[in-house]
Amino acid sequence: MEKLRYALFTGCTAKQSTPEQMMSTLAVADKLGIELVELTEASCCGASHLQDYDEFLSLVLNARNIAYAEKHGLTMVTICNTCQLNTAMTKHKLDNDADLKARVNEKLAEVGLEYKGTSQITHFLYAIIDDFGLDKIKEMVVTPLSQFNIAPFYGCHNIRPSELQNETHKSPESAYRPTSLDDLIIACGGKNVDYEEKNKCCGFHVELQAPKTAAILTGNAIAGAMDADADWMVTPCPLCHLKLDTQTHHASEAIGRDVQLPVLHMQQMVGLALGCTPAELGLKHHVAKVDFV
Amino acid sequence: MEHTITTQKVKFKVFRFNAEEDYLPYYDDYEMEVTSEEVVLDILNRIKWDHDGSFSYRRSCRHGICGACAIKVNGRSTLACKESMNDMVDLFGSELVIEPLSKKRAVKDMIIDKSDFWEKHAAIQPYVVTDVDEAPEMENLVSPHDAEALDEADLCIQCGACHYACPAVEVNDDFFGPAAFAAAYRFEADVRDESETRLMDVNQMGQGVWDCVKCFECREVCPKEIDPIGKITKLHQKLFQEGKAESNVATRHAVGFIHSIAKRGVLDEGGLVLYSEGPAIVKHLPVAFKMFTKGKIPMPWQLPKSDNMDEIKALVKSSTTAKF
Repeated sequence: MEKLRYALFTGCTAKQSTPEQMMSTLAVADKLGIELVELTEASCCGASHLQDYDEFLSLVLNARNIAYAEKHGLTMVTICNTCQLNTAMTKHKLDNDADLKARVNEKLAEVGLEYKGTSQITHFLYAIIDDFGLDKIKEMVVTPLSQFNIAPFYGCHNIRPSELQNETHKSPESAYRPTSLDDLIIACGGKNVDYEEKNKCCGFHVELQAPKTAAILTGNAIAGAMDADADWMVTPCPLCHLKLDTQTHHASEAIGRDVQLPVLHMQQMVGLALGCTPAELGLKHHVAKVDFV
Repeated sequence: MEHTITTQKVKFKVFRFNAEEDYLPYYDDYEMEVTSEEVVLDILNRIKWDHDGSFSYRRSCRHGICGACAIKVNGRSTLACKESMNDMVDLFGSELVIEPLSKKRAVKDMIIDKSDFWEKHAAIQPYVVTDVDEAPEMENLVSPHDAEALDEADLCIQCGACHYACPAVEVNDDFFGPAAFAAAYRFEADVRDESETRLMDVNQMGQGVWDCVKCFECREVCPKEIDPIGKITKLHQKLFQEGKAESNVATRHAVGFIHSIAKRGVLDEGGLVLYSEGPAIVKHLPVAFKMFTKGKIPMPWQLPKSDNMDEIKALVKSSTTAKF
């Protein structure tokens, strides 16, 4: 197989509040022989909040990020569900509105850039499933996670809106019956557990303005996984991870029940199965202690 | 081309509850041969007509217009008269759970008390507010261009599919919900409207647009493809454009992104929380301390910065269209 190469859009948290996500992404890419060219020029995607204030600016900034991936002639790979949504949505809007694309390019021209629409955008989860292949991952597993019940937590912005999924991915998955994470858990030798909250909202985006709402949603998600007898949770979204990993005290208070589970990034789960060390995967950076390795 | 009707066996688990008689809900099981011609409403009819005459649900137009028959299938809000059974089986397989839009608001089987929905709908002034001459000399014309601004928000049939799919509505009784916001947008975008209060009503913390969790469930389930979260975003933007966005934690959170991006390209996460919360940031200290001890909060001199900051600064300066 020809070596896979992507332009890596790290997003903001991988360089700050979830350093373990960056570490595990690089470790897994190395194991799989995937080359990641980091887009060091990229800016924040706006995280669905800048868009509330100034949509045009967010389109220009996201188009600039994609333009850098285009310069490399590579598909952009994201490692955050919200970065994935905002970047893919920008591409959708510009590719379907010539006038908007022209207005955005007028701005980009001021700094010598152009958005052409030539680069695809995918999340690392789908890159390793669709492009690398689950079967190949399965063959490379050296430490099967067979003793673990693992609860997948998909995160909203990878699975909704469906139109974007359908447009962006080779094997689009259902917003109501997503399978990618479940399939990946099985490929890593683990047992996937099913629970109602696995495709629900974690509440991250209202953490500051509606903390009670956010805490209940976080609590419900962890409680759902616990009730399904999960040993730990896994998510492709660092924002979901931050909620599920660091906010368990508020979540427990909000739903009147002690809830806590180790929550791994999707990359960390794959890395464990591929034989990466806990240090390579940054497992010491979790607030909800990962004490099973 | 020959039109072929296929059939398949489907198992249904159907929510049953009569508030006048039952302490707890229960489920009835049915197995039926379902044809490729049928919609979900046909199944509800067959349950009532062929199996149990006491089974209750709302239905009226049967053409996706009245919005009465919305229920949930396997947890997904669905307008029963519009949703094909084939699609439901393709999506969920041959075992389907039929439930009301909101189990906690169930009155009898699929029939729910929708009063919260209507109260919230009424609260946003769902009508054009303007002084109309009692004897106008001509019609009040709206150009096609102006009508386009409604962005199809006027197609809402108030079925409640988005409202009862919304996780924020589920846990926050005060939250207006996506349908009410879509209605608010519909009249805010109407060139004839002169309401002074509607936009400020949806601007309130706790019940207003700032408490939307941005999960896209409302967009996913809307049977009329109205995209309520798109309307919520437009209301956010309108509040800023019209200078009506008050300085609060939500508005500062949206604006704070620009400050970070202009300074570092990527976010200064701690700085963003400080800008958004102000002195109230102290309430986050216990969590921040835990994160710090785990190496999740970099020191100021370790904060990341994008390359080619001159480009980012220039674009922020030249492309910003909003003011706060």
